[in-house]
Amino acid sequence: MPSVNALLLARVQFGFTISFHIIFPAITIGLASYLAVLEGCWLHTRNEVFRTLYLFWSKIFAINFGMGVVSGLVMAYEFGTNWSRFSDFAGGITGPLLTYEVLTAFFLEGGFLGVMLFGWQRVGLGLHFFATLMVAVGTLVSATWILASNSWMQTPQGYDIISGRVVPTDWLAVILNPSFPFRLAHMGVAAFLATALMVGAAGAWHLLRGRDDPGIRMMTSMAMWMLLVVAPIQAVVGDLHGLNTLQHQPVKIAAIEAHWENQASGGVPLTLVGWPDQDRETTRLGVELPHLGSLILTHSWDGQFRGLKDFPREDRPNVAIVFWSFRVMVGLCLLMIALGLWAAWLRWRGSLYRTRSLLRVALWMGPTGLVAMLAGWITTEVGRQPWVVYGVMRTAQAVSAHGAAEVGLSLALFILVYVTVFGAGVAYMLRLMAHGPGLPGGPMDATQVKGGPGQPRQPLRPLSVVAEPLHSAPTGGPVQG
Amino acid sequence: MGIDLPLIWAVIILFSVMMYVVMDGFDLGIGLLYPFVRGKADRDVMMNTVAPVWDGNETWLVLGGAGLLAAFPLAYLVVLSAFYLPIIFMLLGLICRGVAFEFRFKASDQNCHWWDKAFIGGSAVATFFQGAILGAYIDGIPVENRAYAGAALDWLTPFSVFTAVSLFVAYALLGCTWLILKTEGALQARMKAIARPLTWALLAVIVAVSVWTPLAHAAIAHRWFSMPNLFWFAPVPILVSVACWQLLQSLRRDPSAGPFLLTLCLIFLCYTGFGISLWPNVVPPSISIRDAAGPPQSLGFTLVGALLIIPMILGYTAWGYYVFRGKINASSGYHE
Repeated sequence: MPSVNALLLARVQFGFTISFHIIFPAITIGLASYLAVLEGCWLHTRNEVFRTLYLFWSKIFAINFGMGVVSGLVMAYEFGTNWSRFSDFAGGITGPLLTYEVLTAFFLEGGFLGVMLFGWQRVGLGLHFFATLMVAVGTLVSATWILASNSWMQTPQGYDIISGRVVPTDWLAVILNPSFPFRLAHMGVAAFLATALMVGAAGAWHLLRGRDDPGIRMMTSMAMWMLLVVAPIQAVVGDLHGLNTLQHQPVKIAAIEAHWENQASGGVPLTLVGWPDQDRETTRLGVELPHLGSLILTHSWDGQFRGLKDFPREDRPNVAIVFWSFRVMVGLCLLMIALGLWAAWLRWRGSLYRTRSLLRVALWMGPTGLVAMLAGWITTEVGRQPWVVYGVMRTAQAVSAHGAAEVGLSLALFILVYVTVFGAGVAYMLRLMAHGPGLPGGPMDATQVKGGPGQPRQPLRPLSVVAEPLHSAPTGGPVQG
Repeated sequence: MGIDLPLIWAVIILFSVMMYVVMDGFDLGIGLLYPFVRGKADRDVMMNTVAPVWDGNETWLVLGGAGLLAAFPLAYLVVLSAFYLPIIFMLLGLICRGVAFEFRFKASDQNCHWWDKAFIGGSAVATFFQGAILGAYIDGIPVENRAYAGAALDWLTPFSVFTAVSLFVAYALLGCTWLILKTEGALQARMKAIARPLTWALLAVIVAVSVWTPLAHAAIAHRWFSMPNLFWFAPVPILVSVACWQLLQSLRRDPSAGPFLLTLCLIFLCYTGFGISLWPNVVPPSISIRDAAGPPQSLGFTLVGALLIIPMILGYTAWGYYVFRGKINASSGYHE
């Protein structure tokens, strides 16, 4: 059997690799749809600003997509290398779902990405738009399958256990398991929100530096509209997801609220902040608002829900982590809603692009969509511990029988390579964003760069999506293999 | 129903792995050939011949892994546990080379060389460990109670190191003949010059592996040299000789697609050789596709999708290659 350390290291490795990975697909999902909208608007209006923005964001998309592919490759194999008992037990369900993701999404993205990025001169406009749409659809289909798989692990149904292994009995029930629609909506909206915040921050950065042109205005404007509409939707979806969790994973909700036990009378208060103490089964320094917990989770003044003491100690997740990651997520979502409303108010007043305080806030909130998303995943994944398949298989039973030395070595290598390689990639993305889109017909307009012998602006790299070299040097070099 | 699900799935996975070996083979090969080409412009061209397609190529590896998990979960977990370290090293290599496709063109001139090194190093590491895994797989994997029963470094044997070297040669030749197809001028001439010794080297390692394999593995020797198998398998070495000879001939004439297609034939023949040596085991030496198969409900459900979608994938993949057909060079690139 694996040692406790090997289990812990395997969990850290999974948490590390999946957290790094999920950032890229989230941006891919958001940007692919954004690019499809931009190209559609351009084809419809022939306003060159849309095309300029398309070419600009597709460069950032290309870097981000590559990082998503290679970090995702690791995930497809990690189930076997580190979690072989889980794969033996549940492979009959997670395997087919993953295979459908590859067949319906990965190939679609990979097959059309080349045309989308490099095919402007090779196919007609309609076919190019079709390629962009296929990539965008692929990203959404991909999210659907992988979230079906994750949701099945959270709320499993539609299976039997025969000679110690899961056998699917009803595929529709497996895929449409109770938490799936909520998780899909919540994550899909999170990807759009994170992308809108990133695009808005890029626009705000240029406006703050006095670069005020139609392209910058357009992307800032689109991002703030998106925020205004989508951030409140996310709050509603999140609330529904929470109610669904209360129904199927009540101990997770009890941990989120640090709700230890019910009092004889009266509603459950909401603990705003505090330090949940798992051993003493109490929350220290808690600041409580009476009845609000009942109101949020049961939508009634005196409603009750089960406290942590209702569950055996060995079935409880780490309360402090779940409690705080949830508060980070919700706090940031409230800030996003506020930013959207503030921007709408300034837009109405006609000073959206000139109000430096708003632009500064929009800039600093650039990464908060991703932070909130990671905090949300930490909440739901730590909150379902100690189970890997909820109520059916414990995480400790799922791990491969490797020694701590092997798992530790691979973890160290993953950290080294991910931090340098993906750190450099993120630096390139940020530098492109700081560079900004070119004006139609201006010196940065990629559509004007035709290349070819004798032309003054002949690109040295005909196939690179970026038209200009970037100036300063990156800090980190890659590590060889 | 009379459908033999494990059999069909074994064919699908064998097909995916072959697609991977062939397609990522030539783009990994380009990484292996980078050290032989110094000029930045030529290196740009080499990378640009695969930039629009490398991502689709690599997806076949993901399909192989996911399909194995879906259809043969026992094989998936045993193989990945047994080859834990080589798989991790291979993945890290693929990361370093995969990001180089985009990063190389974003880096400043003084930092570009880092991504060239990442591309070369990543390609070499991924190739080496894929080859080592192949050799160790032929050597066989001990299994007890549905789990890997060996040690962490059992995969490292003289045979597996030799198959790793052999795969280097095979991928390099694939990349080399791909570049003969996709480039022109000095770069193409350079590749033509490299292709000839690489062909001889590939023939040498094929012969060596073909001798070493039955000598070291009694079960495979028995399969090869017993009647009537000997009769059925005899065409493989004959076809290999013919393909090599044709390849050398076509390198002499003014070549475009010929050398690449003949190299594909050679790789396919080698792949067939491994297939007939190990069939029907999915985990040599003892676990067959039937022992490792998952529940029929899982295989059947996934098969519907696979049979419907794989032809579509092949269709639009072929379209993608068609869109980016023709020679690539530094001055025109894809701008026509």
